[in-house]
Amino acid sequence: MGPLVPFIISEEFSLVIAFFLGIGFGFVLEQAGFSSTKKLVGLFYGYDFTVLRVFFTAGVTAMAGTLLLGHYGLLDLSVIYVNPTFLKSALLGGVIMGAGFIIGGFCPGTGVCALAIGKLDALAFVFGAILGVWAFIESFPLLESIYYADAMGPVRISDFLGMSNVAFGFLLSLMAIGAFVATRLIENKVNKRKPTIERRKRNRYALAAASLFVVLAVTAFLPGKQDIINMKIAEAKRQQTCVFKEIPADKLADEIVNKYYALNVIDVRTPEEFEAFHLPMAINIPFEKMMERQYEPLFKQRLKTNIFYADGDTLVRMACLKAKYIGKSENMIMKESALEFREMFYEAQAPSAEAPKGELQVYHFRTNTARQMNDLVDALKNIGAPVKREAVKIKGGC
Amino acid sequence: MKTSESTKPKAYMNPYLAGFLLGLVLLATIYITGRGLGASGAFKSVVIASVETVAPAHAENSAYYTNFNETNPQGPWKNFLVFEVLGVLVGAFFSGVLANRTGLKLEKGPRVSNGVRIAGAIVGGALFGYGSQLGRGCTSGSALSGMAVLSLGGILTMLAIFGGAYMLAYFFRKLWLK
Repeated sequence: MGPLVPFIISEEFSLVIAFFLGIGFGFVLEQAGFSSTKKLVGLFYGYDFTVLRVFFTAGVTAMAGTLLLGHYGLLDLSVIYVNPTFLKSALLGGVIMGAGFIIGGFCPGTGVCALAIGKLDALAFVFGAILGVWAFIESFPLLESIYYADAMGPVRISDFLGMSNVAFGFLLSLMAIGAFVATRLIENKVNKRKPTIERRKRNRYALAAASLFVVLAVTAFLPGKQDIINMKIAEAKRQQTCVFKEIPADKLADEIVNKYYALNVIDVRTPEEFEAFHLPMAINIPFEKMMERQYEPLFKQRLKTNIFYADGDTLVRMACLKAKYIGKSENMIMKESALEFREMFYEAQAPSAEAPKGELQVYHFRTNTARQMNDLVDALKNIGAPVKREAVKIKGGC
Repeated sequence: MKTSESTKPKAYMNPYLAGFLLGLVLLATIYITGRGLGASGAFKSVVIASVETVAPAHAENSAYYTNFNETNPQGPWKNFLVFEVLGVLVGAFFSGVLANRTGLKLEKGPRVSNGVRIAGAIVGGALFGYGSQLGRGCTSGSALSGMAVLSLGGILTMLAIFGGAYMLAYFFRKLWLK
């Protein structure tokens, strides 16, 4: 599941990848003609709208792709970087950049690109840009209040407008296509060109636009990863077909004492309930958070058995089903609830002296196991702590 | 100078195809790293590293530099955008060679002198550099990448950049038009 940095690809290695992504970025910018300042400013005088076409197509492609990957659970949209919004500085900075664009004829990315193929004006632009950044840093104390004014956090425009991401995606795509058509007409007028377009080309454009809307429609209307899992759970519940492997509390306690390393005891209740009481060695994964990516390896590994427990029958079964659909690990549920476990092991009442032998044995087993479990938790308390090492001074001499 | 068929610059790529490919590069960047592309951030690294080398005492006493070092413990060079911009240089050069577009050249409007063009590029660059720091990203980092993740700030910055340029285009027409 993406993003691959930092869990699958390290921060260090991401720098190497950055270099290769940069090659792709630079290559495409140059191929599109962004290394020519005349082509860039053509946008502002109406004779060449290449910039708008490339820019909008790229933005819409990446936007639709991001939504699609997110929909199928391949990319975690909740962790990717969304540029934070600071109203004043965004608008003021933007207008200053616009002035720089029309006077200098480049933007930083295209400037670097043009510099690479030997444009001297781009060299001057990049030099100027570095001076500009320096001027900003030196004047930062004066600007600090504007820089931090109207902080809105990493807000998405779709949230701001109160619509879903996909709905805004549709809107943006329509705007882009409208702009493509409109700019074509303007260009024809300014360049006094005949408004004709090759038939084959037109069909291809139509196909491209259609596939964009297909992608957006898939994200909007077809069930995503979450929905599919939830549907499977609902279906299994309705048909009552699933068989749960259950483990009685006595057996589980015994397993914890003897084979804790082969188990993941998972508490699917809320963190508050977990705090109040939990089984020894248990970890807390609230039911709603089971789909989060940090827990994924737990449900995909096949070395340890996952044992779920909760307070109610339904919740623990749902959790077990969910785990089953996320990964392939071996999953079981504890037959008893967490409260019953506590009563059985930690609040056991000593039976009277004339109780049957079986009852006495159970009592002794449970109190014994409870003690052992406590010892185990104590013994493993520092398992994550680093080993303390003391430097030994070598003493010489006689 | 006569240019033979083999040294003539090739035509540019279809803009929609280029845009689609650029979108895929951006999507790959988001998928792999969880963040978008950028350019002006690399300039910031250049500035910070230069000032720290040339005037270390000044850098130590200025809050901006010390803050930068706190948030970037690896130093200004070990930065995603620095490596990405190095890649841009390589990729653009590669493309230029393939299309016969390399060579020292000063591109300018038909009515301006070389000096005016260079001065314009420096002034424009300075404004862009200044604005990119104030707006937290330039056309790549804020506008394009912001649009891909539907960031409100990114889209506002984009509108401001292009809106600003359109508003001022009339006053600077002599730089570019006949």
